[in-house]
Amino acid sequence: MHVFADPTNFDAFLSGFLWILKLTGASAVFALLLGVLLAAMRVSPVPVLRGFGAAWVNIFRNTPLTLVVFFCYFGLFSTLGLSLAEDLDLNNYWLGVIGLSVYTAAFVCEAIRSGINTVPAGQAEAARAIGLTFAQTLRIVVLPQAARSVVAPLGSILIALCKNATIVGTIGLMESSNVMKDLINSNGDAVIPIFLVFAGTFAAFLIPTGYLFGWLANRLAVKR
Amino acid sequence: MSTNSVLYDHPGPRARTRNAVLTLVFGVGLVALLWWVYRRFDEAGQWEASLWQPFAEPATWTQFIWPGLRATLQAAAVGMLLSLAFGIVFAVARLSDHRWISIPAGAVVEFFRAVPLLLMIFFVFYGVPFLIQGPVPAFWAVVIGLTLYNGSVLAEAFRAGIRSVPGGQAEAAYAIGMRKSQVMQLILLPQAARAMLPVIVSQLVVLLKDTALGYIVAYPELLQRGVNDLAANRGNIVAAAIVVAAIYIVINSLLTAFAGWLSGRTQRRAFRAPRPATDATVVEPQG
Repeated sequence: MHVFADPTNFDAFLSGFLWILKLTGASAVFALLLGVLLAAMRVSPVPVLRGFGAAWVNIFRNTPLTLVVFFCYFGLFSTLGLSLAEDLDLNNYWLGVIGLSVYTAAFVCEAIRSGINTVPAGQAEAARAIGLTFAQTLRIVVLPQAARSVVAPLGSILIALCKNATIVGTIGLMESSNVMKDLINSNGDAVIPIFLVFAGTFAAFLIPTGYLFGWLANRLAVKR
Repeated sequence: MSTNSVLYDHPGPRARTRNAVLTLVFGVGLVALLWWVYRRFDEAGQWEASLWQPFAEPATWTQFIWPGLRATLQAAAVGMLLSLAFGIVFAVARLSDHRWISIPAGAVVEFFRAVPLLLMIFFVFYGVPFLIQGPVPAFWAVVIGLTLYNGSVLAEAFRAGIRSVPGGQAEAAYAIGMRKSQVMQLILLPQAARAMLPVIVSQLVVLLKDTALGYIVAYPELLQRGVNDLAANRGNIVAAAIVVAAIYIVINSLLTAFAGWLSGRTQRRAFRAPRPATDATVVEPQG
């Protein structure tokens, strides 16, 4: 434990997790918005929108996140000159958020679409019968019920997103995994405590989150 | 709701006009976006033939992409075998009646599911050498990390599968005098594996994608060889990333299509697993 008694190391540990939380928070919001929009596109009556949604999902679900993040840095930033902030850390942070969001949105889209499939067809038929348009049917009748049945999958996606945030370390952001690597390299005598502290912090956050979402899913499920 | 068309009526004349207008508006927007991307690429000089030329040369494929793809597939194949074994062992252990087996097994599975794969790879690659006083090859760092993470996810999939087998099956097996291990091996596991086959294959797609993390510890896989090393020689990082992404997409789409085909088959032939909790069917989008 002497490693973390050193205030420099402890601060590095804290700031590493702070980056993870910030990445997770911002990406979760963007991915959710984008994912709902994509899901609405995929079930819409307009073929071009459906095709766009399907293409997005197929491209990002099948490409490794490491490659997506890699491209955000070396492609968007280094080659195409997309700069998002003066500060280097902040720039890498936003590039990471872009990568995580576009990738995670594909999974959110699929989860919500599977949720839409759990809503009985009669509900939408009734909505149509009273004259609601497609957008109204989706917004007022179908999506609220779908949302309640996708709590558990969305929870899994959030947890995966938090773990995936470590991949932004690839482009130089000093998040947890990079901090752990540095600490291990300079403290070879304490590799096991270092790993247990970092891994344990993730486990301490994420295992309860998993149970919380499981409990919420049971509570919110539409009883049919 | 099985078909999406339930959400809207068969389009009449007005709806058809509206859809056509929407198609046009969105289509124009999309084309404008693509044009903008094209212009940005153009300004950065990304369409120069010299950047795309390497993909017409055999050397690019024989020296960079193919060796990288082979290394990716090797790590994925070994990782798949080991994580399937890990998954079966820990699923059975977690269902054991002996609490001194089931509780530690549960703790191991929960722990490795919650820890980012990258932390495990870093620990094996940078940390373990201090413990064993010798280097760990990048290949094993990647494979061990993949095995622990995906094995834990698969253990949960198998457990859900075993529990979805109707209870009468095990009772009948006990009634004809089978021992517990026989019931598990001969009755429960084969059916669970079959019922969970699509989930298992989807998890193997995740595993294949995760091998890209090998790039971070300099394992010469597809991202390392086909994008990083190739672009270091040719300066065509955008082009290389696009080509390699296309390769990943093709391979993973094939595996996903295989999973879909299997799912159709298992639904016809095996017993119908009572719809597993949605949690178990959603593959965790790691890496």
